[in-house]
Amino acid sequence: MNITVRVWRQKNADDKGRMVTYGVENVSEHMSFLEMLDVLNEQLTLAGDDPIAFDHDCREGICGMCGVVINGIAHGPEVTTTCQLHMRSFEDGAVIDVEPWRAGAFPVVKDLVVDRSAFDRIIQAGGYISAPTGSAPDAHAVPVPKDDADHAFDAATCIGCGACVAACPNGSAMLFTSAKITHLGLLPQGQPERESRVIGMVEQHDHEGFGSCTNIGECTSACPKGIPLDTIAQLNRDLLGALAHGKA
Amino acid sequence: MAVSGLIMVAYLLAHMYGNLKAFAGPDSFNEYAHHLRTMLTPILPREGLLWIIRVVLLAAVLIHAYTAINLWRRNKKAAGYVGAKRYQTKQNKTGIQRSYASFTMRWGGVTIALFIVFHILNLTTNDIHPGGAADTPYGKLHNSFQSFWVLLAYTVAMIAVGFHLWHGFWSALTTLGQNYSAKRRDSFWNSAAIAIAALITIGFLAPPFAIYFFGLGG
Repeated sequence: MNITVRVWRQKNADDKGRMVTYGVENVSEHMSFLEMLDVLNEQLTLAGDDPIAFDHDCREGICGMCGVVINGIAHGPEVTTTCQLHMRSFEDGAVIDVEPWRAGAFPVVKDLVVDRSAFDRIIQAGGYISAPTGSAPDAHAVPVPKDDADHAFDAATCIGCGACVAACPNGSAMLFTSAKITHLGLLPQGQPERESRVIGMVEQHDHEGFGSCTNIGECTSACPKGIPLDTIAQLNRDLLGALAHGKA
Repeated sequence: MAVSGLIMVAYLLAHMYGNLKAFAGPDSFNEYAHHLRTMLTPILPREGLLWIIRVVLLAAVLIHAYTAINLWRRNKKAAGYVGAKRYQTKQNKTGIQRSYASFTMRWGGVTIALFIVFHILNLTTNDIHPGGAADTPYGKLHNSFQSFWVLLAYTVAMIAVGFHLWHGFWSALTTLGQNYSAKRRDSFWNSAAIAIAALITIGFLAPPFAIYFFGLGG
């Protein structure tokens, strides 16, 4: 298939940036979206141009490194990561717009690469347990209700890619933050720090300049891991509880 | 945002109930309006309870507006300084599942605020009186809705309120932690929001339409 891609090109953080149009020919429909960009980059390199910078690592859909906004939708038309999105999801002759995540807290480094270290700082503000755990415990040593285990696991599948922020009309990272709050808050090991965790992480989230949640649900629709929307309500419940106990 | 909004929803339901008294006839409507002023007397002075409600409501409106403007400013900055339209592409401008109700919350709120100013000047103080001034509560109502333009203004405003509540009621309950569904459409509170939005829009529009089209109350 032959396609046209319009890609956001930006030399560095200070450059203004613009959309640039490229034609890519003989694209296999079995290629992943990133492989298509690889082909385009070889083309650009041969022509002596600067290749397009984009983040990627495992290309298995589990690391959270890749992610671009394709035709206005984070990770493109399928519910998966950009590396697991295949060119068969597009029509032959399609014009595809490729842009970086856009958020005040995610400054563009170059082309499609954004700085997502704000997520690391939110995790550092409480997204962990500090109990020394040693090696993995016996599976039945601490009983966990099945529902809680399932919900915690669903939330734990967050790979921190940032699609929720890119999709949110308010540039909020509530889904990311609430996934970790829910994951740890539903398990026995997460209880001692449950209240300080939600306060710390929400404070850091706001401090980083992410927006507020207006419960639109665009985040959960764009999420490649399908983090459910009720994690945000769980965060709000924990936050209200912590505030009621005077833990601000 | 959530708590002040819910206070206003509670008020709207009470207000709508009072309006529906119009169907019980002018006397019943006027008597209800009179009773609102004498409720809890002599414990409270005349109109005492009414003024308590007005102060609480005004506080709710101001808090709602203040927090909305703050969040509006903050979210615009957070989304990359140009709000939701921050992407260059012309495709999928409304995202994957965003509803009309959700992206008219802010300007819809402004529309409703302007309407409330008109509404108070029209039916509370009766300074604006198309169709002629009147002495009784029912008279004010009846005269105003002889005008097509008044009917149109109220219709537009009530539809705006309906959209605002469709998203707002759901959003308020979620902010208070009351959603237990992975997807919004499966949530009880999403269904409840649709029901409340429809109830309030239809409940408020029924008396004006009955007056204009069917000559309710002569």
